[in-house]
Amino acid sequence: MTSSLPLLEVHTIRKHFPGVLALDGVSLHVESAEVLAIVGENGAGKSTLMKILAGIHVPDGGALLMDGQPVPADGVAGAMRRGVVLIHQELNLAENLSVAANLFLGRERVRGGWLGWLDQAAMNEEARGLLRRVGLDVSPTRLVGELPPGQRQLVEIARALSLSARLIIMDEPTSSLTQTETERLFEVIADLKRAGVAVVYISHRLAEVRRIADRVVVLRDGRNAGGLSRAEITHDAMVRLMVGRDLKQFYPRRHAPLPLPSPPRGGEGQGEGVRLEVRKVTFTGGPQQPISFQIRGGEIVGMAGLVGAGRTELAEALFGIRHVTGGQVLLDGVPVTLRHPQQAIAAGLLLVPEDRRRHGLVLADSVQHNLVLPNLERLSRLGWIVGRRETRLSHDLIERLHVKTASPTKAVGLLSGGNQQKVVLGKWLARQPRVLIFDEPTRGVDVGARSEIYALMDQLAGEGVAILMISSDLEEVLGMSDRVLVLHEGRLAGELPRAVLSEEAVMHLATGSERE
Amino acid sequence: MKRLLGILLMVSLLYCGLMLSDENARSPSNQQTIANRLGFYGVLTVGVGILIIAGGIDLSIGSVVGLGAVAFALLLEKQVTPGLAAVIVLSGAALIGLIHGLLVTQLGLQPFLVTLCGLFIYRGLARWATPVSVGLDIRGAPPAFKERVEQTRQLMVGNTFGIPDQLLLLIGVSVLLGLFLHGTRYGRYLYAIGSNEDAARYAGIPTNRYKILAYVICSMLAGLGSILYILDNRTANATSAGSWLELYAITGAVLGGCSLRGGEGTVPGMFLGAAVLPLLRQMCSFGGISNELEYAVIGAALLLGTIADELLKRRGAR
Repeated sequence: MTSSLPLLEVHTIRKHFPGVLALDGVSLHVESAEVLAIVGENGAGKSTLMKILAGIHVPDGGALLMDGQPVPADGVAGAMRRGVVLIHQELNLAENLSVAANLFLGRERVRGGWLGWLDQAAMNEEARGLLRRVGLDVSPTRLVGELPPGQRQLVEIARALSLSARLIIMDEPTSSLTQTETERLFEVIADLKRAGVAVVYISHRLAEVRRIADRVVVLRDGRNAGGLSRAEITHDAMVRLMVGRDLKQFYPRRHAPLPLPSPPRGGEGQGEGVRLEVRKVTFTGGPQQPISFQIRGGEIVGMAGLVGAGRTELAEALFGIRHVTGGQVLLDGVPVTLRHPQQAIAAGLLLVPEDRRRHGLVLADSVQHNLVLPNLERLSRLGWIVGRRETRLSHDLIERLHVKTASPTKAVGLLSGGNQQKVVLGKWLARQPRVLIFDEPTRGVDVGARSEIYALMDQLAGEGVAILMISSDLEEVLGMSDRVLVLHEGRLAGELPRAVLSEEAVMHLATGSERE
Repeated sequence: MKRLLGILLMVSLLYCGLMLSDENARSPSNQQTIANRLGFYGVLTVGVGILIIAGGIDLSIGSVVGLGAVAFALLLEKQVTPGLAAVIVLSGAALIGLIHGLLVTQLGLQPFLVTLCGLFIYRGLARWATPVSVGLDIRGAPPAFKERVEQTRQLMVGNTFGIPDQLLLLIGVSVLLGLFLHGTRYGRYLYAIGSNEDAARYAGIPTNRYKILAYVICSMLAGLGSILYILDNRTANATSAGSWLELYAITGAVLGGCSLRGGEGTVPGMFLGAAVLPLLRQMCSFGGISNELEYAVIGAALLLGTIADELLKRRGAR
């Protein structure tokens, strides 16, 4: 064993995608039997880097060395042969196949030579051994689709082990796991380390990183922003490197000076200036317990909670995508029916959805067409679109939002994430919003555009708009919110006024630990 | 725009090729034939094209043409006036489109399956309604009624100033639907729905309503096609009338620039796309290619066109 050579070295890797330079000379190395965490904001280039390591993307420049040998561009199969396995953010398992079939997908054990007869017994036996190693107690014949996300994750890791992996890359592995499943995963990672396997761990959750990482590499805008050794890993150190500037400057929120109204739980008292009132609302796919809260005009209310806490579902219910089954929604004290987004939009309740590529934009269509889509009624006469009005509106919005596009006719899918998000927001600006719901407003948005979006939110709040900001990014929640609602398993676990806001307080409520 | 120029070039080349191939091909009567077929196919093509833009598909067009043609003839047999018969056939077609749209939007069924079932059902109904074939030569009808039927024929499938009415009709339909699709916000909605239905819904567009509208437009144009069919051919065989037409129409729309993924295509493109098949068929008959081989030639020509288009697109992407 040549212990002096690192397992994997990455030298000034560059990767260019249409319209964006994803990686601009990133270097790092990974040793055997260590957990290297890679952190960085959305759009910092983490996922691209991982995909290059796993052979999915070919870098435009720079070099990859494994055991000191240059790595050829031979795709995922080549990376797997060398023992590099990526466990995807969205799990890549065939749900209607058994656990064993998934573990041996593409490498099935066969009998009978060219007949290729599947040797089920041998695969099941081998699968049992692999599952034991990751501490997963399920039958190899179970369908993967029947397993909860945490167990699927372990199946993926078992598959990596069966490939005799030397380097396992985990991309946001805990994003859909429960607390116990996460603990289980950490034990498995410790086992892997003991067995000499290197783990590259990507996560937004800095608390996790602090717990399990031996070393941290921070990326920012596709470049190395710094590295931290085990002793240096602190929350603040990571954030400073990730953001690269003072947090106060980054979050421009001039907080609403108004005092906090005590939420009238069940009471009839209509608070002063309440824009949006959600009264005992239940909805399909939501929790049994009804949810109630209020937002005043000019207020930015953060909504925190773990993934799966039901925040997006609530936003969809308010916007008329999900069926509201009980309770009342009041806008400026007037009850409104919200059965279709059309009604929500007409009432001035607007949503900037979480998945902008699926729900927010017609990607293949132009910037202009996207911007005017919900405004066409006003832009047309007798159904006929007045071209002059259309161009004027889109030009105004592009200018106001500083959308960086070569032309209004450019396909919106070619813009960067930040500029796409500005277009999604721009669609609503022409409609005089009363309530704006942002669902993960800066996911996949580069740092520069983020601060612009924050400034816009602040400005809109200043104009009296009530803003509900759903976010998994705690920095953002703390930086922008006047108060924070925390959901836990669909239930409103608590409300934190600005004075007592802290990451710990939010996480405490979000993980439901106050009940223990 | 490039797409449109491509199909324009293709149609021009085919047309010039045909004109140069044979003296008889240049004859006025052949021009008439081509124009009539273009008009007939075009009406169906524009209908399905709009539906394809909105992200749908209709495989039942041929059967709707068959059923409509049979129904029209049977109504005339009962001495229903041609105008009223046309209204009934068009209403029935609209109802068919409405049912397709409702099944797709309300039950969430796949358009392919819904209209495939329609293909069987309407054909079956047509065959059940009449044993073999029905025609416009109605025995025992008073001469005045026969006269009226003849007038309707002149109006719909005759000539006006030497131009076949079917072509004029297609031009009219194209202008109307072209304005609708490219000028109004409703047309814009159809594109948005076809490209990303979720995003359209999140933008507050009542997507189901517009999807149903697209199905109704498509089926009504198929209904119009059925009237043209029976008037032009004077007879309709319940088993064969209109069969394969859905594929002709879809082919024309795709050649004209519609993407089967939805959200792409133009009415002028569909118009030109509809001209390709009639031209190819005439080229076969003047080129001395046997009738039996006709389909193979058409298929090969379309495949070549598709390959050329894909190669050009790839070059353009670089």
